[in-house]
Amino acid sequence: MLEFFANPYVSWTAWTLLYTVLIVGGVLFVVAYYTYAERKIMGAMQRRQGPMTVGPFGLLQPIADGIKLFSKETIIPSGAHRVVFLLAPMMLFALSLIAWAVIPFDKGWVLANINVGILYLFAVSSMTVYGVIMAGWASNSRYAFLGGLRSAAQMVSYEVSMGLIIVCVLLCTGSLNLQEIVLADRPFWMQVLLFPMFIVFLISILAETNRAPFDLPEGESEITGGFMVEYSAMTYALFFLGEYSAMILMSAMTTTLFLGGWLPPFGITALAFVPGIIWFAMKTLLIMFVFIWARATLPRFRYDQLMRLGWKVFLPLTLFWVVLTAGLLLTFDALPG
Amino acid sequence: MDGFARSFLLSEIVKGFLLTLKYMFFMPRVTINYPHEKGPISPRFRGEHALRRYPNGEERCITCKLCEAICPALAITIEAEPREDGSRRTTRYDIDMTKCIYCGLCEEACPVDAIVEGPNFEFATETREELFYNKDKLLDNGDRWEAQLAANLAADAPYR
Repeated sequence: MLEFFANPYVSWTAWTLLYTVLIVGGVLFVVAYYTYAERKIMGAMQRRQGPMTVGPFGLLQPIADGIKLFSKETIIPSGAHRVVFLLAPMMLFALSLIAWAVIPFDKGWVLANINVGILYLFAVSSMTVYGVIMAGWASNSRYAFLGGLRSAAQMVSYEVSMGLIIVCVLLCTGSLNLQEIVLADRPFWMQVLLFPMFIVFLISILAETNRAPFDLPEGESEITGGFMVEYSAMTYALFFLGEYSAMILMSAMTTTLFLGGWLPPFGITALAFVPGIIWFAMKTLLIMFVFIWARATLPRFRYDQLMRLGWKVFLPLTLFWVVLTAGLLLTFDALPG
Repeated sequence: MDGFARSFLLSEIVKGFLLTLKYMFFMPRVTINYPHEKGPISPRFRGEHALRRYPNGEERCITCKLCEAICPALAITIEAEPREDGSRRTTRYDIDMTKCIYCGLCEEACPVDAIVEGPNFEFATETREELFYNKDKLLDNGDRWEAQLAANLAADAPYR
Protein backbone atom coordinates (compact mmCIF):
# COMPACT_ATOMS: atom_id res chain seq x y z
CA MET A 1 0.00 0.00 0.00
CA LEU A 2 2.75 2.44 0.99
CA GLU A 3 4.75 1.49 -2.06
CA PHE A 4 1.71 2.21 -4.17
CA PHE A 5 1.57 5.75 -2.79
CA ALA A 6 5.34 6.15 -3.12
CA ASN A 7 4.87 6.22 -6.87
CA PRO A 8 5.20 9.94 -7.71
CA TYR A 9 2.25 9.95 -10.11
CA VAL A 10 -0.01 8.26 -7.60
CA SER A 11 1.02 10.48 -4.75
CA TRP A 12 0.65 13.58 -6.91
CA THR A 13 -2.86 12.49 -7.88
CA ALA A 14 -3.72 11.68 -4.29
CA TRP A 15 -2.48 15.03 -2.99
CA THR A 16 -4.30 16.91 -5.73
CA LEU A 17 -7.51 15.07 -4.97
CA LEU A 18 -7.10 15.83 -1.28
CA TYR A 19 -6.53 19.54 -1.93
CA THR A 20 -9.50 19.61 -4.30
CA VAL A 21 -11.77 18.07 -1.72
CA LEU A 22 -10.46 20.50 0.90
CA ILE A 23 -11.06 23.52 -1.33
CA VAL A 24 -14.50 22.41 -2.52
CA GLY A 25 -15.57 21.47 1.01
CA GLY A 26 -14.24 24.73 2.36
CA VAL A 27 -15.95 26.78 -0.32
CA LEU A 28 -19.28 25.02 0.20
CA PHE A 29 -19.04 25.53 3.96
CA VAL A 30 -18.30 29.21 3.48
CA VAL A 31 -21.18 29.48 1.00
CA ALA A 32 -23.58 27.98 3.55
CA TYR A 33 -22.56 30.45 6.21
CA TYR A 34 -22.35 33.29 3.72
CA THR A 35 -26.10 32.95 3.16
CA TYR A 36 -26.58 33.04 6.93
CA ALA A 37 -24.31 36.09 7.21
CA GLU A 38 -26.21 37.79 4.43
CA ARG A 39 -29.53 37.32 6.16
CA LYS A 40 -28.12 38.43 9.50
CA ILE A 41 -26.32 41.49 8.14
CA MET A 42 -29.23 42.58 5.95
CA GLY A 43 -31.46 42.12 8.97
CA ALA A 44 -29.20 44.26 11.11
CA MET A 45 -29.08 46.98 8.48
CA GLN A 46 -32.86 46.97 8.26
CA ARG A 47 -33.18 46.83 12.06
CA ARG A 48 -34.46 43.27 12.04
CA GLN A 49 -33.05 40.22 13.77
CA GLY A 50 -32.58 37.81 10.90
CA PRO A 51 -32.86 34.05 11.42
CA MET A 52 -33.14 33.28 15.14
CA THR A 53 -35.07 30.04 15.49
CA VAL A 54 -32.93 27.14 14.22
CA GLY A 55 -30.14 26.60 16.72
CA PRO A 56 -28.53 29.30 18.86
CA PHE A 57 -28.89 32.65 17.04
CA GLY A 58 -30.21 30.67 14.07
CA LEU A 59 -26.75 29.24 13.40
CA LEU A 60 -28.14 25.98 12.03
CA GLN A 61 -30.37 27.78 9.52
CA PRO A 62 -28.18 27.03 6.46
CA ILE A 63 -28.26 23.31 7.31
CA ALA A 64 -32.04 23.38 7.65
CA ASP A 65 -32.29 25.19 4.30
CA GLY A 66 -30.05 22.59 2.70
CA ILE A 67 -32.09 19.68 4.03
CA LYS A 68 -35.26 21.35 2.83
CA LEU A 69 -33.92 21.83 -0.69
CA PHE A 70 -32.57 18.27 -0.80
CA SER A 71 -35.85 16.71 0.20
CA LYS A 72 -38.04 18.60 -2.26
CA GLU A 73 -39.16 17.41 -5.66
CA THR A 74 -37.34 18.57 -8.77
CA ILE A 75 -39.96 19.77 -11.18
CA ILE A 76 -39.15 19.79 -14.90
CA PRO A 77 -41.67 21.76 -16.96
CA SER A 78 -43.24 19.71 -19.77
CA GLY A 79 -42.16 22.25 -22.40
CA ALA A 80 -38.56 22.34 -21.21
CA HIS A 81 -35.59 20.82 -22.97
CA ARG A 82 -34.74 18.23 -20.33
CA VAL A 83 -31.02 17.79 -20.99
CA VAL A 84 -30.15 21.46 -21.25
CA PHE A 85 -32.51 22.30 -18.43
CA LEU A 86 -30.67 19.97 -16.07
CA LEU A 87 -27.24 20.75 -17.48
CA ALA A 88 -27.46 24.50 -16.89
CA PRO A 89 -27.37 24.55 -13.08
CA MET A 90 -24.68 21.85 -13.00
CA MET A 91 -22.57 23.87 -15.40
CA LEU A 92 -22.96 27.08 -13.43
CA PHE A 93 -22.09 25.31 -10.21
CA ALA A 94 -19.08 23.47 -11.64
CA LEU A 95 -17.75 26.65 -13.24
CA SER A 96 -17.92 28.56 -10.01
CA LEU A 97 -15.89 25.82 -8.31
CA ILE A 98 -13.18 25.04 -10.86
CA ALA A 99 -11.97 28.62 -10.85
CA TRP A 100 -10.70 28.10 -7.30
CA ALA A 101 -7.86 25.97 -8.66
CA VAL A 102 -5.69 28.99 -9.39
CA ILE A 103 -6.44 31.16 -6.36
CA PRO A 104 -3.35 31.46 -4.12
CA PHE A 105 -4.49 31.19 -0.50
CA ASP A 106 -0.99 31.68 0.91
CA LYS A 107 2.54 31.63 -0.42
CA GLY A 108 2.66 28.39 -2.43
CA TRP A 109 -0.85 27.36 -1.39
CA VAL A 110 -2.31 27.05 -4.81
CA LEU A 111 -3.66 23.95 -6.52
CA ALA A 112 -2.58 24.85 -10.07
CA ASN A 113 0.19 27.41 -10.23
CA ILE A 114 -0.28 28.12 -13.93
CA ASN A 115 1.36 31.05 -15.66
CA VAL A 116 -1.85 32.42 -17.15
CA GLY A 117 -3.85 32.17 -13.93
CA ILE A 118 -5.61 35.48 -14.36
CA LEU A 119 -6.68 34.63 -17.89
CA TYR A 120 -8.01 31.28 -16.70
CA LEU A 121 -9.95 32.99 -13.96
CA PHE A 122 -11.35 35.54 -16.36
CA ALA A 123 -12.28 32.88 -18.90
CA VAL A 124 -14.04 30.72 -16.35
CA SER A 125 -16.02 33.60 -14.92
CA SER A 126 -17.07 34.58 -18.45
CA MET A 127 -18.30 31.04 -19.10
CA THR A 128 -20.98 31.35 -16.42
CA VAL A 129 -23.04 33.36 -18.88
CA TYR A 130 -23.57 30.13 -20.84
CA GLY A 131 -25.13 28.47 -17.84
CA VAL A 132 -27.52 31.36 -17.44
CA ILE A 133 -28.46 31.48 -21.11
CA MET A 134 -28.97 27.71 -21.20
CA ALA A 135 -31.24 27.93 -18.19
CA GLY A 136 -33.19 30.78 -19.71
CA TRP A 137 -33.64 29.05 -23.03
CA ALA A 138 -34.27 25.50 -21.82
CA SER A 139 -36.96 26.54 -19.36
CA ASN A 140 -39.25 27.47 -22.26
CA SER A 141 -40.71 30.28 -20.21
CA ARG A 142 -40.97 33.96 -21.06
CA TYR A 143 -39.67 35.21 -17.77
CA ALA A 144 -36.75 32.82 -17.81
CA PHE A 145 -35.92 33.78 -21.37
CA LEU A 146 -36.00 37.50 -20.59
CA GLY A 147 -33.84 36.91 -17.54
CA GLY A 148 -31.35 34.91 -19.56
CA LEU A 149 -31.13 37.59 -22.25
CA ARG A 150 -30.66 40.34 -19.72
CA SER A 151 -28.02 38.39 -17.93
CA ALA A 152 -26.10 37.69 -21.12
CA ALA A 153 -26.10 41.37 -22.12
CA GLN A 154 -25.12 42.45 -18.64
CA MET A 155 -22.29 40.00 -18.11
CA VAL A 156 -20.80 40.63 -21.53
CA SER A 157 -20.97 44.41 -21.03
CA TYR A 158 -19.22 44.39 -17.72
CA GLU A 159 -16.63 41.85 -18.73
CA VAL A 160 -15.27 44.40 -21.18
CA SER A 161 -14.43 46.89 -18.47
CA MET A 162 -13.27 44.12 -16.13
CA GLY A 163 -10.85 42.96 -18.79
CA LEU A 164 -9.45 46.46 -19.19
CA ILE A 165 -9.04 46.84 -15.44
CA ILE A 166 -7.15 43.58 -15.34
CA VAL A 167 -4.93 44.95 -18.10
CA CYS A 168 -4.15 47.94 -15.84
CA VAL A 169 -3.14 45.60 -13.04
CA LEU A 170 -1.08 43.47 -15.39
CA LEU A 171 0.77 46.55 -16.66
CA CYS A 172 1.72 47.37 -13.09
CA THR A 173 2.74 43.84 -12.09
CA GLY A 174 4.12 42.43 -15.30
CA SER A 175 2.85 38.90 -14.79
CA LEU A 176 -0.21 36.78 -15.49
CA ASN A 177 0.59 34.43 -12.63
CA LEU A 178 -1.59 35.20 -9.63
CA GLN A 179 1.17 34.54 -7.10
CA GLU A 180 3.52 36.90 -8.90
CA ILE A 181 0.76 39.52 -9.11
CA VAL A 182 0.44 39.36 -5.34
CA LEU A 183 4.19 39.49 -4.76
CA ALA A 184 4.88 42.22 -7.31
CA ASP A 185 6.40 45.36 -5.87
CA ARG A 186 3.85 48.17 -5.83
CA PRO A 187 5.08 51.62 -4.87
CA PHE A 188 2.62 54.02 -3.28
CA TRP A 189 1.93 56.01 -6.43
CA MET A 190 1.03 52.83 -8.24
CA GLN A 191 -1.51 51.97 -5.59
CA VAL A 192 -3.02 55.44 -5.88
CA LEU A 193 -3.17 54.92 -9.63
CA LEU A 194 -4.94 51.58 -9.23
CA PHE A 195 -7.40 52.73 -6.56
CA PRO A 196 -10.08 54.10 -8.95
CA MET A 197 -9.81 50.86 -10.89
CA PHE A 198 -10.35 48.96 -7.66
CA ILE A 199 -13.64 50.81 -7.14
CA VAL A 200 -14.73 50.22 -10.75
CA PHE A 201 -13.74 46.57 -10.41
CA LEU A 202 -15.85 46.24 -7.25
CA ILE A 203 -18.87 47.62 -9.08
CA SER A 204 -18.20 45.41 -12.09
CA ILE A 205 -18.03 42.22 -10.02
CA LEU A 206 -21.45 43.09 -8.59
CA ALA A 207 -22.76 43.17 -12.16
CA GLU A 208 -20.78 40.10 -13.17
CA THR A 209 -22.26 37.96 -10.39
CA ASN A 210 -25.79 39.36 -10.94
CA ARG A 211 -25.95 40.81 -7.48
CA ALA A 212 -27.88 43.83 -6.24
CA PRO A 213 -27.97 46.61 -7.39
CA PHE A 214 -27.44 44.85 -10.73
CA ASP A 215 -29.65 41.81 -10.09
CA LEU A 216 -31.84 42.45 -13.13
CA PRO A 217 -31.55 38.87 -14.43
CA GLU A 218 -33.41 37.78 -11.29
CA GLY A 219 -35.52 40.91 -10.92
CA GLU A 220 -38.18 39.44 -8.59
CA SER A 221 -40.45 42.43 -8.96
CA GLU A 222 -40.61 42.42 -12.76
CA ILE A 223 -39.66 38.98 -14.09
CA THR A 224 -40.35 36.97 -10.91
CA GLY A 225 -36.96 35.31 -10.66
CA GLY A 226 -35.61 35.50 -14.18
CA PHE A 227 -33.72 32.50 -15.47
CA MET A 228 -34.31 30.61 -12.20
CA VAL A 229 -38.08 30.85 -12.32
CA GLU A 230 -38.75 27.26 -13.44
CA TYR A 231 -36.17 25.65 -11.19
CA SER A 232 -36.94 23.93 -7.94
CA ALA A 233 -35.31 21.85 -5.24
CA MET A 234 -31.78 20.68 -6.00
CA THR A 235 -31.51 22.34 -9.40
CA TYR A 236 -32.39 25.64 -7.76
CA ALA A 237 -29.95 24.92 -4.94
CA LEU A 238 -27.18 24.44 -7.50
CA PHE A 239 -27.91 27.87 -8.96
CA PHE A 240 -27.89 29.29 -5.49
CA LEU A 241 -24.61 27.63 -4.54
CA GLY A 242 -23.11 28.66 -7.87
CA GLU A 243 -24.10 32.28 -7.38
CA TYR A 244 -22.71 32.49 -3.88
CA SER A 245 -19.50 30.66 -4.62
CA ALA A 246 -19.04 32.96 -7.63
CA MET A 247 -19.41 35.89 -5.25
CA ILE A 248 -16.77 34.46 -2.95
CA LEU A 249 -14.57 33.71 -5.93
CA MET A 250 -14.86 37.28 -7.16
CA SER A 251 -13.99 38.52 -3.66
CA ALA A 252 -10.92 36.30 -3.67
CA MET A 253 -10.02 37.58 -7.15
CA THR A 254 -10.30 41.21 -5.99
CA THR A 255 -8.17 40.37 -2.97
CA THR A 256 -5.53 38.82 -5.18
CA LEU A 257 -5.47 41.59 -7.76
CA PHE A 258 -5.81 44.69 -5.61
CA LEU A 259 -5.50 43.98 -1.91
CA GLY A 260 -2.24 42.06 -1.88
CA GLY A 261 -3.58 38.53 -1.35
CA TRP A 262 -2.04 36.83 1.65
CA LEU A 263 0.40 39.68 2.48
CA PRO A 264 -0.24 41.81 5.58
CA PRO A 265 -2.28 44.95 4.78
CA PHE A 266 -0.59 48.25 3.87
CA GLY A 267 2.78 46.52 3.70
CA ILE A 268 3.16 46.42 7.49
CA THR A 269 5.85 43.78 7.82
CA ALA A 270 5.43 43.65 11.61
CA LEU A 271 2.13 41.87 11.02
CA ALA A 272 3.77 39.13 8.97
CA PHE A 273 3.72 36.73 11.94
CA VAL A 274 -0.01 36.18 11.30
CA PRO A 275 -0.37 33.32 8.81
CA GLY A 276 -1.00 34.49 5.25
CA ILE A 277 -4.19 32.45 4.93
CA ILE A 278 -5.73 34.55 7.72
CA TRP A 279 -4.93 37.81 5.95
CA PHE A 280 -6.29 36.33 2.74
CA ALA A 281 -9.49 35.25 4.47
CA MET A 282 -9.94 38.61 6.21
CA LYS A 283 -9.51 40.58 3.00
CA THR A 284 -11.86 38.25 1.12
CA LEU A 285 -14.43 38.52 3.89
CA LEU A 286 -14.24 42.29 3.65
CA ILE A 287 -15.12 42.22 -0.04
CA MET A 288 -17.82 39.63 0.66
CA PHE A 289 -19.25 42.02 3.22
CA VAL A 290 -19.32 44.76 0.57
CA PHE A 291 -21.51 42.49 -1.58
CA ILE A 292 -24.09 42.22 1.20
CA TRP A 293 -23.67 45.85 2.20
CA ALA A 294 -24.43 46.96 -1.36
CA ARG A 295 -27.51 44.74 -1.47
CA ALA A 296 -28.86 46.28 1.73
CA THR A 297 -28.09 49.82 0.59
CA LEU A 298 -28.84 50.27 -3.09
CA PRO A 299 -32.07 49.84 -5.05
CA ARG A 300 -32.02 47.91 -8.31
CA PHE A 301 -30.82 49.68 -11.47
CA ARG A 302 -33.10 50.11 -14.42
CA TYR A 303 -31.98 48.15 -17.47
CA ASP A 304 -31.05 51.20 -19.57
CA GLN A 305 -29.15 52.70 -16.63
CA LEU A 306 -27.21 49.48 -16.31
CA MET A 307 -26.23 49.51 -19.97
CA ARG A 308 -25.40 53.22 -19.86
CA LEU A 309 -23.13 52.72 -16.87
CA GLY A 310 -21.39 49.77 -18.49
CA TRP A 311 -20.83 51.15 -21.97
CA LYS A 312 -20.80 54.92 -21.59
CA VAL A 313 -19.06 55.33 -18.24
CA PHE A 314 -16.99 52.30 -17.33
CA LEU A 315 -15.71 51.45 -20.79
CA PRO A 316 -14.30 54.94 -21.63
CA LEU A 317 -13.03 55.36 -18.08
CA THR A 318 -11.16 52.06 -18.00
CA LEU A 319 -9.86 52.55 -21.55
CA PHE A 320 -8.51 55.96 -20.55
CA TRP A 321 -6.99 54.47 -17.45
CA VAL A 322 -5.18 51.77 -19.41
CA VAL A 323 -3.61 54.46 -21.59
CA LEU A 324 -2.83 56.59 -18.54
CA THR A 325 -1.23 53.70 -16.66
CA ALA A 326 0.80 52.59 -19.64
CA GLY A 327 1.88 56.19 -20.32
CA LEU A 328 2.94 56.85 -16.76
CA LEU A 329 4.81 53.56 -16.51
CA LEU A 330 6.65 54.33 -19.75
CA THR A 331 7.40 57.93 -18.80
CA PHE A 332 8.88 57.01 -15.42
CA ASP A 333 10.54 53.93 -16.82
CA ALA A 334 8.76 51.82 -14.21
CA LEU A 335 7.56 48.98 -16.45
CA PRO A 336 8.09 45.74 -14.55
CA GLY A 337 9.96 42.78 -15.95
CA MET B 1 -20.08 70.27 -13.26
CA ASP B 2 -20.96 69.98 -9.63
CA GLY B 3 -23.34 67.14 -10.32
CA PHE B 4 -20.78 65.47 -12.55
CA ALA B 5 -18.12 65.53 -9.84
CA ARG B 6 -20.59 64.29 -7.29
CA SER B 7 -21.64 61.32 -9.38
CA PHE B 8 -18.05 60.49 -10.27
CA LEU B 9 -16.87 60.58 -6.68
CA LEU B 10 -19.91 58.45 -5.73
CA SER B 11 -20.52 60.79 -2.81
CA GLU B 12 -24.22 60.00 -2.55
CA ILE B 13 -23.66 56.27 -2.76
CA VAL B 14 -20.99 56.49 -0.08
CA LYS B 15 -23.44 58.43 2.10
CA GLY B 16 -25.98 55.67 1.61
CA PHE B 17 -23.43 53.03 2.53
CA LEU B 18 -22.50 54.92 5.69
CA LEU B 19 -26.17 55.17 6.61
CA THR B 20 -26.70 51.42 6.39
CA LEU B 21 -23.53 50.89 8.39
CA LYS B 22 -24.87 53.25 11.06
CA TYR B 23 -28.15 51.33 11.11
CA MET B 24 -26.25 48.08 11.48
CA PHE B 25 -24.19 49.11 14.48
CA PHE B 26 -25.94 51.94 16.28
CA MET B 27 -29.68 51.49 15.82
CA PRO B 28 -31.67 49.22 18.12
CA ARG B 29 -33.63 46.39 16.57
CA VAL B 30 -37.32 47.04 16.17
CA THR B 31 -38.45 43.44 15.73
CA ILE B 32 -38.98 40.99 18.56
CA ASN B 33 -38.43 37.29 18.75
CA TYR B 34 -42.16 36.60 18.62
CA PRO B 35 -43.00 33.26 20.18
CA HIS B 36 -40.43 33.91 22.90
CA GLU B 37 -40.96 37.65 23.31
CA LYS B 38 -44.25 39.46 22.89
CA GLY B 39 -45.15 43.06 22.34
CA PRO B 40 -47.09 45.05 24.96
CA ILE B 41 -50.89 44.80 24.92
CA SER B 42 -53.36 47.46 26.02
CA PRO B 43 -55.96 46.61 28.71
CA ARG B 44 -58.53 47.38 26.02
CA PHE B 45 -57.10 44.74 23.68
CA ARG B 46 -59.92 42.79 22.02
CA GLY B 47 -58.81 39.20 21.73
CA GLU B 48 -60.44 35.85 22.46
CA HIS B 49 -63.81 35.97 24.19
CA ALA B 50 -64.53 34.73 27.69
CA LEU B 51 -67.59 34.43 29.95
CA ARG B 52 -66.79 35.52 33.49
CA ARG B 53 -68.12 34.33 36.84
CA TYR B 54 -68.63 36.02 40.18
CA PRO B 55 -66.08 35.15 42.88
CA ASN B 56 -68.60 32.73 44.40
CA GLY B 57 -68.67 30.72 41.20
CA GLU B 58 -72.04 31.97 39.93
CA GLU B 59 -71.95 32.86 36.26
CA ARG B 60 -72.46 36.53 35.56
CA CYS B 61 -74.54 36.24 32.41
CA ILE B 62 -78.23 37.05 33.01
CA THR B 63 -79.41 36.30 29.47
CA CYS B 64 -80.39 39.85 28.58
CA LYS B 65 -79.35 39.08 24.98
CA LEU B 66 -78.01 42.60 24.48
CA CYS B 67 -74.80 41.18 23.06
CA GLU B 68 -76.69 38.98 20.66
CA ALA B 69 -78.75 41.97 19.57
CA ILE B 70 -75.84 44.33 19.07
CA CYS B 71 -73.48 41.88 17.38
CA PRO B 72 -73.03 43.31 13.88
CA ALA B 73 -71.73 40.04 12.50
CA LEU B 74 -74.52 37.94 14.03
CA ALA B 75 -71.89 35.71 15.57
CA ILE B 76 -73.61 35.20 18.94
CA THR B 77 -76.48 32.76 19.48
CA ILE B 78 -78.20 32.59 22.87
CA GLU B 79 -81.02 30.38 24.17
CA ALA B 80 -82.38 30.63 27.67
CA GLU B 81 -84.88 29.21 30.18
CA PRO B 82 -85.36 29.61 33.93
CA ARG B 83 -83.15 27.53 36.18
CA GLU B 84 -84.63 25.42 39.07
CA ASP B 85 -84.05 28.28 41.51
CA GLY B 86 -86.04 30.54 39.20
CA SER B 87 -83.15 32.68 37.99
CA ARG B 88 -82.80 33.39 34.30
CA ARG B 89 -79.78 31.61 32.82
CA THR B 90 -78.54 30.65 29.36
CA THR B 91 -78.82 27.08 28.17
CA ARG B 92 -76.81 27.91 25.11
CA TYR B 93 -74.26 30.63 24.48
CA ASP B 94 -72.40 30.15 21.19
CA ILE B 95 -69.97 32.46 19.47
CA ASP B 96 -68.90 31.65 15.95
CA MET B 97 -65.33 32.92 16.07
CA THR B 98 -65.08 32.75 12.30
CA LYS B 99 -67.86 35.32 12.01
CA CYS B 100 -66.70 37.56 14.86
CA ILE B 101 -65.04 40.79 13.77
CA TYR B 102 -63.66 41.60 17.24
CA CYS B 103 -65.42 44.96 17.40
CA GLY B 104 -65.94 44.75 21.17
CA LEU B 105 -69.59 45.81 21.05
CA CYS B 106 -70.72 42.72 23.01
CA GLU B 107 -68.35 43.65 25.78
CA GLU B 108 -69.67 47.23 25.77
CA ALA B 109 -73.29 46.17 25.72
CA CYS B 110 -73.00 43.75 28.60
CA PRO B 111 -74.51 45.27 31.78
CA VAL B 112 -72.79 42.79 34.12
CA ASP B 113 -69.33 42.46 32.50
CA ALA B 114 -70.06 38.82 31.72
CA ILE B 115 -68.88 38.59 28.13
CA VAL B 116 -65.45 40.16 27.68
CA GLU B 117 -62.69 40.03 25.11
CA GLY B 118 -59.48 38.97 26.75
CA PRO B 119 -55.82 39.55 25.99
CA ASN B 120 -55.34 36.16 24.31
CA PHE B 121 -54.81 36.31 20.54
CA GLU B 122 -53.12 32.93 20.06
CA PHE B 123 -56.11 30.64 19.65
CA ALA B 124 -55.52 29.41 16.13
CA THR B 125 -56.93 25.93 15.50
CA GLU B 126 -56.43 23.23 12.94
CA THR B 127 -60.09 22.82 12.06
CA ARG B 128 -62.89 25.27 11.46
CA GLU B 129 -65.21 23.46 13.86
CA GLU B 130 -62.96 24.17 16.80
CA LEU B 131 -63.68 27.87 16.31
CA PHE B 132 -67.42 27.44 17.00
CA TYR B 133 -67.20 28.27 20.71
CA ASN B 134 -69.94 27.06 23.03
CA LYS B 135 -70.81 28.06 26.58
CA ASP B 136 -68.46 25.53 28.19
CA LYS B 137 -65.52 26.75 26.18
CA LEU B 138 -66.28 30.40 26.95
CA LEU B 139 -66.70 29.77 30.69
CA ASP B 140 -63.51 27.77 30.66
CA ASN B 141 -61.73 30.71 29.02
CA GLY B 142 -63.16 32.97 31.73
CA ASP B 143 -61.82 30.73 34.49
CA ARG B 144 -58.42 30.50 32.85
CA TRP B 145 -57.93 34.24 32.24
CA GLU B 146 -59.95 35.66 35.16
CA ALA B 147 -56.99 37.29 36.95
CA GLN B 148 -55.93 39.19 33.89
CA LEU B 149 -59.48 39.98 32.76
CA ALA B 150 -60.32 41.51 36.14
CA ALA B 151 -57.08 43.50 36.13
CA ASN B 152 -57.76 44.81 32.64
CA LEU B 153 -61.32 45.82 33.51
CA ALA B 154 -60.09 47.59 36.64
CA ALA B 155 -57.37 49.40 34.65
CA ASP B 156 -59.89 50.57 32.06
CA ALA B 157 -62.70 51.40 34.54
CA PRO B 158 -61.76 55.13 35.02
CA TYR B 159 -62.26 55.78 31.32
CA ARG B 160 -65.62 54.07 30.87
